[in-house]
Amino acid sequence: MLRDITLGQYYPADSVIHKLDPRTKLFGTLLFIISVFSFDGLLGFGVITLFMFGIIYLSKVPLSFMVRGLRAIVILLLIAGALNLFLTPGQPLITLWKIVITKEGVRNASLMTVRMIYLIMGTSVMTLTTTPNQLTDGLEKSLRPLSKIHVPVHEIAMMMSIALRFIPILIEETDKIMKAQMARGADFESGGLIKKAKNMVPLLVPLFVSAFRRANDLALAMEARCYVGGDGRTKMKPLVYEKRDVGAYAVVIVYFVIVVLVKSLL
Amino acid sequence: MGIVEAKNLVHEYITRDEEGNVEGIQVALDHLDLSVKPGQFIAVLGHNGSGKSTFAKHINALLTPTEGTLIVDGLDVSDENHVYDIRQRAGMVFQNPDNQIIASVVQEDVGFGPENLGVPTEQIWERVEQSLKSVGMWKYREHSPNKLSGGQKQRVAIAGVMAMEPKCIILDEPTAMLDPDGRKEVLHAVHKLNKEKGVTIILITHYMEEVVDADYVYVMDQGKVVMEGNPRGIFSQVDALQEHRLDVPQITALAHELKNSGLPIPDGILTRQELIEALAKIK
Ligand SMILES: Nc1ncnc2c1ncn2[C@@H]1O[C@H](COP(=O)(O)OP(=O)(O)O)[C@@H](O)[C@H]1O
Ligand SMILES: [Mg+2]
Repeated sequence: MLRDITLGQYYPADSVIHKLDPRTKLFGTLLFIISVFSFDGLLGFGVITLFMFGIIYLSKVPLSFMVRGLRAIVILLLIAGALNLFLTPGQPLITLWKIVITKEGVRNASLMTVRMIYLIMGTSVMTLTTTPNQLTDGLEKSLRPLSKIHVPVHEIAMMMSIALRFIPILIEETDKIMKAQMARGADFESGGLIKKAKNMVPLLVPLFVSAFRRANDLALAMEARCYVGGDGRTKMKPLVYEKRDVGAYAVVIVYFVIVVLVKSLL
Repeated sequence: MGIVEAKNLVHEYITRDEEGNVEGIQVALDHLDLSVKPGQFIAVLGHNGSGKSTFAKHINALLTPTEGTLIVDGLDVSDENHVYDIRQRAGMVFQNPDNQIIASVVQEDVGFGPENLGVPTEQIWERVEQSLKSVGMWKYREHSPNKLSGGQKQRVAIAGVMAMEPKCIILDEPTAMLDPDGRKEVLHAVHKLNKEKGVTIILITHYMEEVVDADYVYVMDQGKVVMEGNPRGIFSQVDALQEHRLDVPQITALAHELKNSGLPIPDGILTRQELIEALAKIK
């Protein structure tokens, strides 16, 4: 069950999108998200759809991988969609007994659903084509200006990459502890919410103890290898922009301008 | 002068309660004297809690002495200005293979040390290649550490230390969490580094079998060096070893028992072959 969580999964392939600098992809994703939350009307929808599927095609990642990310939020989508559909006041469209569906409700619900789906798919293009390390490197370098106002950018990036390394280990460990407890008669499945939560205690305690021990060991190991924070470090894989990155920036900006134009013209 | 020189080394762990009052003092190192010459393969044996890890952390300047001195490659570990030089010259490999690998890709982890030292990018790649090759892990460079066996992870950790070009490597029970195959792999890699690259090795362990090929052996108990000598000399004192709660290798124990029951067998038998030869001579 726990193994289904696929955080920071990377789909190796030889595509233009894979080869782009992570900073370019971060910037592109950011603009894409903004466009998804600001588009309006069918024409705008057409533009972002075309753009997104174009990028997915270029990335050579099978569509099924993108859709997989959606499975986790199906329930969330249904609830949010239903709430929007039934609770938006306005011009009644269909009236069934006490339930009223309004025109605005339909509009809001479909807009919401499309936005959520595109948000997830758009960001999975980035996470599927960029290794976790590239991603944190990209974040670190893009956000470096913030370190001038004492935001610990390097430390945050380092924490993210360590978290990515240890999440699978901790998941495996949780699985192991769960099985060990189940073998001794623990029950994680039945009962109400409170009972379930109570049953989790014997799972969480050993997990936390082990996580703290690991953190302690790791800190020592990093210190032993002369780690003293970001200053004076060199990079094994320094980020350098290539020609294709310039092209990509241009494409993304043109796309964004089109979305804005479409919105303001209509 | 040796590469590691401990004189009268004392370390006390002081535990304090919430107000900062001293609750208890645990003497982990008690006037320890020890000396390692460059290029040697040294083994440090000892029962749990005998102070081995505490000593190892001193060599890497992760802990500082309460009393006495420890000189590593001419530098005093108590001098704060030398901490990073010492850590670069004396690398450390820990017991748990998972908790010392930082990156999600093997080669990036090996590059972590050189990155911290500020080595230029091109040289980092050279060092990573050389060190991964020296432990036989080059073909796994693109792998995730999570998919490797314990022995392989430990070899990656050794490569990570090698990439810092140390003169000396301290391994604190590197095989304690490994299966017999992993244990062999790691020992083989360590011996190879010692012979081919001339790296000084300090191997801390409580498996006696692992010290048979060492140049010199120290036995610790309660923070002190209680026995020292070459492996054969140490293993000939079976009774003393058992007094310090160490398990003698089966073959050595068997030879010792046979001798005690009257057979003319020499002391300090280390391998099965030696015992067979000794027995064959009897008739
Ligand atoms: N952080 C600590 N705080 C207090 N006591 C400690 C600490 N670490 C180790 N000790 C104590 O110091 C002694 C030596 O420990 P250690 O060096 O870990 O031995 P070894 O590695 O040989 O098992 C033990 O009695 C242990 O309980
Ligand atoms: Mg120890």
